[in-house]
Amino acid sequence: MGLEYVRITTGFEDYMPKDYVDLVKYGQFGKDYDIQELGTFKELVEEHPMCAGCFMAYFIRVFYASLPKPEDTIVIGTAGCARLQLSQAAVPFIYGNYGDTNAVASGLKRALEIRFPDKVKDVVVVAGDGGLMDIGFGMTMHSWFRRERFTTIMVDNEVYGNTGGQESGMSPKGVQLKMAPKGKKFDKINAVELAKAAGCVYVARISPTNPKRLAKTIKRAIIAARHFGPTFIHAYTSCNIEYSIPTEKVLEDARNREKKDFTFYEWMSDDVKNYFEQIESNKEGQEVKV
Amino acid sequence: MPEQKVVDTDYLLLEAPRERKFITGAQAMAEAIKRANVDMAIAYPITPQSEVMHLVGDLWAQGYLKDYYRAEEEYGAFSAIAGAARGGVRVFTATSGPGLLRGLEAIASWPGHRIPAVLGVLTRVVNAPLSIQPDNIEISYLLNCGAVVLHAENQQDTFDFTLAAFAIAEQVDVYVPVAVATEGFFVTHAKGYVDLTPEDMKLPPRNPYKAPVPPTDNEIPPARIQRDAPVQKSNFMSYLIHAVWQQEVWASTTRAMKYIYKYLGGPIEVINPDAEVFVVASGCAAAQAREAVRYSQLEGLNVGLVKVKAIRPFPEKEIREVLKNAKGIVIPEHNITGWLAKEVKAAIPNNDRVVGGPRVYGGMTLPTELIMDEIYKILGVKKERKVLV
Repeated sequence: MGLEYVRITTGFEDYMPKDYVDLVKYGQFGKDYDIQELGTFKELVEEHPMCAGCFMAYFIRVFYASLPKPEDTIVIGTAGCARLQLSQAAVPFIYGNYGDTNAVASGLKRALEIRFPDKVKDVVVVAGDGGLMDIGFGMTMHSWFRRERFTTIMVDNEVYGNTGGQESGMSPKGVQLKMAPKGKKFDKINAVELAKAAGCVYVARISPTNPKRLAKTIKRAIIAARHFGPTFIHAYTSCNIEYSIPTEKVLEDARNREKKDFTFYEWMSDDVKNYFEQIESNKEGQEVKV
Repeated sequence: MPEQKVVDTDYLLLEAPRERKFITGAQAMAEAIKRANVDMAIAYPITPQSEVMHLVGDLWAQGYLKDYYRAEEEYGAFSAIAGAARGGVRVFTATSGPGLLRGLEAIASWPGHRIPAVLGVLTRVVNAPLSIQPDNIEISYLLNCGAVVLHAENQQDTFDFTLAAFAIAEQVDVYVPVAVATEGFFVTHAKGYVDLTPEDMKLPPRNPYKAPVPPTDNEIPPARIQRDAPVQKSNFMSYLIHAVWQQEVWASTTRAMKYIYKYLGGPIEVINPDAEVFVVASGCAAAQAREAVRYSQLEGLNVGLVKVKAIRPFPEKEIREVLKNAKGIVIPEHNITGWLAKEVKAAIPNNDRVVGGPRVYGGMTLPTELIMDEIYKILGVKKERKVLV
């Protein structure tokens, strides 16, 4: 935008909602906070209707706090829990239809490139395991095959949480869920390998136990998508309701999974690797022309 | 490609000089796209539509469009159309029969998302059994989506309706998609005379800020924008928000009528308004109905034509007025369910005057003789017909 549209017209400060004034004065627009400063600045998303103890809610909080350019970011979501929180943020959000995120993002990103060839406009899909790997599978894969330049973040709670706890393609094998009354018959889909095979230039798998690492992963995925092609993050965001994880054990569960099937994994193409070496070694972390 | 200059919409549609060409319906639709200043088109193959999007792809290759790609399937194509339209560019896509049904969830959401896209519908049988032949049953599925639906009789209509569709869709008080339907093969793959506007003139570009809802481009204040928040809370405000949004969408579709008058000369065309019997038809069936009216004149029968150009918004008032003194109404159609007959019956009093048929489907042609038979029955004309075996 971006910033000139975020800022309040002189003289109108007293008439804007306090919440908005705080966003502009003490928020992330035009600034680059470290994730460890969380709690000291006005966040892009604060209120949300997620369940108590929801790890996805925590992930989305860190996600918004990690956006490299929130004033020029558009988030796209679909049916599921995540969009209940995504739609509350001070970042434009599109809710289309079931599983259509990566098709909508393809059209949107291309349109923005046509209209604003010289501006950075980050398009980020944040959708669940059902949205990306079941109902939207074809559109997810094809956006990667086409090398569309946006980021896809899968918040994997291993279940259709919002519709009442049905099996998804990402549920672990053997787990008994609704619509899988005898237990799931097949393994979790290997989304990370699919993303690599389909042409993503940056791929990560993460259990969000370490906010600093999580923030860096999100920033990298978004910045790499600007210049090189599709990027993908597979994040474990447990459903404490359907998997009966006591609220105080949610982080412990994430650490356990991190030791098993959600060990931190990061892969990037050589171009992306070279690029990050260049920008992350320069002191301001400023982007360079590719 | 020739250098194109932007001209005023009204000038291009209503006054610009025209040159006659002998082209197919698919070419006519592509010629309209060439002059419509379209930014982006997204294609997915299905017969008989594919020809249209091949030609549009060629236009992109020549530089008339800024972006074009072949999508993964129709749901993906139409969802990407929604994304691109929200990003502020002018978009076009086209489909046929089963492709329309595959993408219908996306299409049905376009009006609610306020997507001023133009959709070509080149009609085809809906399976099963598999067939690629013309049959316009799919239009019936489109009627409750909230989109404007125009039905072209021939190649000329296909050109005119498609070009006008962009002007109608992007009106601030409309801002819903416009579907332009015509019969597959009968129109798309057959040639007819089309009076084309000059190749070096095009519509003004889309202005995404002249709109009832903002584009999603982060170029307008404030930072906190929710154009269409999901409203699924179980409380009265949520019900109300959804209810008024639907009312607004359908009101927008209705408001398209004045632009249909302006750019297409109205939603219906009438021949012989004082007729005793009317044939009411849309699309290709209107061409056969026109022929039946000519036959009737030669035979001294007082028969008129009502060609329905706009199926949505449906011209209830206009049709009721024309048919008020009709003794009988014949409605020939290229589908088995007779969706046009149902629309007309719902719009007029004493609807037992309506003969629902003749209907052909599965790709059959519609012989004028079948329409004449219904006219004879209404007028009590006895005809000897020799059957040649």
